[in-house]
Amino acid sequence: MLVRLFPDPLMLAAVQAGVTGVCALIVAYLAWRWELRVEREIVVALGRGLVQVVLVGAVLLFIFQGPFAVGVLVLGLMIGVAGHMAARRAQGLPDAFRVSVYSILLGSGLLIGVMVGLGVIETRLPVFIPVGSMLVANSMTTVSLAFNRLRGEVDAHRGHIEAALALGASPHVAIMPYVRAALLASLIPRVDSLRSLGIVWIPGVMTGMLLGGSHPVQAAFYQFVIVALILTGSALTAMTALLFMGRRLFTRAEQLRLR
Amino acid sequence: MVDTEGCVPLLRAVELSRVVDGKALVQGATFTLYPREVLAVVGPSGSGKTSLLRLLNRLDEPTSGTVYLNGVDYRTISPRELRRRVGLVMQVPYLFPGTVADNVRFGPRQAGIILSDKAVEALLARVGLPGYGDRDVTHLSGGEAQRVALARALANRPQVLLLDEPTSALDEEAKAGIEALLQDLLASGEFAAVLVTHDLAQAARLAQRVLVMEAGRIVRSGPVKEVLRAGSAFP
Ligand SMILES: Nc1ncnc2c1ncn2[C@@H]1O[C@H](COP(=O)(O)OP(=O)(O)OP(=O)(O)O)[C@@H](O)[C@H]1O
Ligand SMILES: [Mg+2]
Repeated sequence: MLVRLFPDPLMLAAVQAGVTGVCALIVAYLAWRWELRVEREIVVALGRGLVQVVLVGAVLLFIFQGPFAVGVLVLGLMIGVAGHMAARRAQGLPDAFRVSVYSILLGSGLLIGVMVGLGVIETRLPVFIPVGSMLVANSMTTVSLAFNRLRGEVDAHRGHIEAALALGASPHVAIMPYVRAALLASLIPRVDSLRSLGIVWIPGVMTGMLLGGSHPVQAAFYQFVIVALILTGSALTAMTALLFMGRRLFTRAEQLRLR
Repeated sequence: MVDTEGCVPLLRAVELSRVVDGKALVQGATFTLYPREVLAVVGPSGSGKTSLLRLLNRLDEPTSGTVYLNGVDYRTISPRELRRRVGLVMQVPYLFPGTVADNVRFGPRQAGIILSDKAVEALLARVGLPGYGDRDVTHLSGGEAQRVALARALANRPQVLLLDEPTSALDEEAKAGIEALLQDLLASGEFAAVLVTHDLAQAARLAQRVLVMEAGRIVRSGPVKEVLRAGSAFP
């Protein structure tokens, strides 16, 4: 019905947004009528969400017109912010910000580079930026989980680590069981999402492509590409982050820090 | 370096101190350990006995001072080599998951030596656990676990064994067993030992000399009988 009234797709989208907004406002009105006191939250959240998402859309419109270098710059900034967020979960692990940034750079950045080189990820910015940001965001979550778990393991097993050192083990040998545990723990969400792919959930990219009218099997393949890249990038990131961090937990005289 | 008594010291700590966050855990500790000797370290809880012991195999870094092992400054020895020569058994055994034999083989394997089944069995027999090699460590009693920790440390053939209250986490019966075992092992003269203990009677039974610590300092030292008779006024 709306499609016939508004043939211009941008106009159509705006009107669709308006219709959903009006529906939400009706619910807010009911909440006010029935004195349930959530009308303010609903209205504020609606306004905020609309402004934020349209702003991001406008920024993307601007960015998408730029050269490829702009995309690289945007991802670079995202990696910096991601490193900062991951480091906040490190609870006193030494050098957490630097280790996070380097490992996300290596894990996601390198993978994105190789995939762009092979043509698996398109260089068109509307593809490059969202796909790249998904990899970065997932690497970030994985590093957070890995650091959080490593910290817990070291706290729980300080005695075992020092017993190993006292028997003449290298720091690498002493910390390895706990690096392994942290790696596994950090990758479980990624592995599970691959395992349940298509059965429990139809993820974002596929949904988007289906909404855009793509062939379902083509959409499925592309979704697999994304999820597989996320797992690969996250694993590479977590492995680098944990191995770097594992070394930094010891002094040059091979003493465990964090006492 | 030859001492006045004409004996070459095995280990010599010189003005060892460790300060953490402005607090002196160990302050100016100087003492000598001779070959085959057992030196007890006693003192009230929190006086720095464990802190001192951890400096001797460089598990912690001295803020100042150093240790000479066979006359050589231990900072010039690689930490792994140093820790193989100066073994440590803690209050809690901290066994690694796996079998008893895995634990006994751990130390030598770090130096690229794979102990034969016979060598493992010989070590286990020495600590009173013959035939225990294939047992999973999760099912050991406290006393058995501490024996495995001892066998694991002995597997490196240390020159010095550091013992941090090796019996204090055990019940009376296991405690007596471990103490008898220690008496045996120490009498073999294969290594010297520094024994931290709360138990003055145990110190008197196992050691020849004793250091008394208070608030990070060595306040008295000498032959066990003299020192412990002179002032045993701490809890
Ligand atoms: N890493 C550390 N940082 C700060 N203080 C510490 C540290 N390790 C130990 N201490 C403190 O140093 C003091 C000496 O501790 P230490 O464990 O050496 O005593 P101890 O003589 O072995 O006591 P106990 O008989 O109870 O085992 C204590 O007050 C302890 O709280
Ligand atoms: Mg202690």
